[in-house]
Amino acid sequence: MTYTAHFKVWRGDADGGDLNDYQVEVNEGEVVLDIIHRLQATQASDLAVRWNCKAGKCGSCSAEINGRPSLLCMTRMSVFTADETVTVTPMRAFPVIRDLVTDVSFNYAKAREVPAFVPPAGLKPGEYRMQQQDVERSQEFRKCIECFLCQDTCHVVRDHEENKIAFSGPRFLMRIAELDMHPLDAAAEEGLDRKVSAQDDHGLGYCNITKCCTEVCPEHIKITDNALIPLKERAVDRKYDPLVWLGNKILRRP
Amino acid sequence: MATGTTSSTESADSSPARRGVHTQGRAAIPNRHLRTDRWWVPPLVTALGLGAFVVYSTWRAFANGDYYAAPYVSPFYSPCLASNCTDMNGGADWHLFGSWWGISPALIVLIFPLGFRLTCYYYRKAYYRGFWASPPACAVAEPHATYTGETRFPLILQNIHRYFFYFAIPVAGILTYDVVLSFRDADGNWGHAGLGTLVMLVNITLIWAYTFSCHSCRHIIGGRLKHFSKHPVRFRLWGWVGRLNRHHMLLAWVSLISVALADFYVYLVASGAFDDPRFF
Repeated sequence: MTYTAHFKVWRGDADGGDLNDYQVEVNEGEVVLDIIHRLQATQASDLAVRWNCKAGKCGSCSAEINGRPSLLCMTRMSVFTADETVTVTPMRAFPVIRDLVTDVSFNYAKAREVPAFVPPAGLKPGEYRMQQQDVERSQEFRKCIECFLCQDTCHVVRDHEENKIAFSGPRFLMRIAELDMHPLDAAAEEGLDRKVSAQDDHGLGYCNITKCCTEVCPEHIKITDNALIPLKERAVDRKYDPLVWLGNKILRRP
Repeated sequence: MATGTTSSTESADSSPARRGVHTQGRAAIPNRHLRTDRWWVPPLVTALGLGAFVVYSTWRAFANGDYYAAPYVSPFYSPCLASNCTDMNGGADWHLFGSWWGISPALIVLIFPLGFRLTCYYYRKAYYRGFWASPPACAVAEPHATYTGETRFPLILQNIHRYFFYFAIPVAGILTYDVVLSFRDADGNWGHAGLGTLVMLVNITLIWAYTFSCHSCRHIIGGRLKHFSKHPVRFRLWGWVGRLNRHHMLLAWVSLISVALADFYVYLVASGAFDDPRFF
């Protein structure tokens, strides 16, 4: 079925902008990114949009569709009725560059603040051996395509710009959880306690587990249940649980 | 503020027009959100549901009456730890608190299940969204000027959830004992089952399922391990708890409803409004 849809697309830059109205053709099987491309081809040749794979794997075309953080390439037009206005804006948690393109450098700065995997002593690359059940927990987090929709929707930074200094956001707290659960990560042996660091240096306590990161994740990673809450519990082990502290003293565990 | 936020009237340096999604440099869109779906329905239903339970449980906790109809005891009043408890014929009426406790004995024990649910990871999400709009829904701007989450007192106390989990185990154990006793008749003879027995059995099953689906339980059972392969039993248990944990929200609600219904059933029987049908 082909029909003409009413689109509102935000056009502008850091100095200002507005929602512009477009009437645009929609064909069966298309996604929102197809329509944005048709707008570029037919009505707005200077419309800026970041995209790459068009398959939900590169994480480039993150935006907000009818107010919901989404990938443009993974949002089917069939979820809207023919008479429904579709509003497309850039991600609203980050500074805008132009039109639908935002400056996501906040995320790269936070990524650099997470200490990398610490190789185990005495093992060279190629000699790492892990049991599947030990590593599969953190493999879920490796599905992340770094679209930053979870960072965009998280109210801690979306609604409070000042928290961007203290809070790394769900994507990078998940990265810390991934490393802390990694069976061969030797950070503890090097004196780095990722559990305490998550709380003290990356703002884990700001997360109030309202699960918006999980809701918007296009890879369906259970960010809250499998990364953030387990990381909070690990921080509790270190900082708030005298029973665990006593057990570690008795059993002489580090 | 109780939820680590300050209200919009308390901060003078960040007007609503310039903070959050309206921060200088972000896309200039006047609306605080552009969602077109009925995003307000889930927080509204949550607030109404939890509010109804709070009203009902407050009434019943302070009522100090109609909580025992042999052989059934209301889960709100078990264990009953004050001297002013009704005699429960072999039940969990242990008068540890003596006679100085003059108000409802339910208030002594309810602090534990209340704390368990109040600090529960699911209920936190529910009431942060439903009652405090922090946030009201995903990508809908919250009304608060500042936010510190669970980094400061009092919300940093959410980290004691596992202690309430530790207490939840014996409390659920005692409620299980109450269910066992409900297979006796009012005179203490075994071989009885009534509709009340079934109600209590369903309730305790849901309470155990909710308790074991807890995120702290999942962590304590096996989540804190780095090498599952060295702890095969705990790994298997962790897997079972994980399967339950996926339904934690559902179990939180159905166990909340079942505990209220179990109490209400005992209330109806104890007050004489309803005769317990006996199966055998």
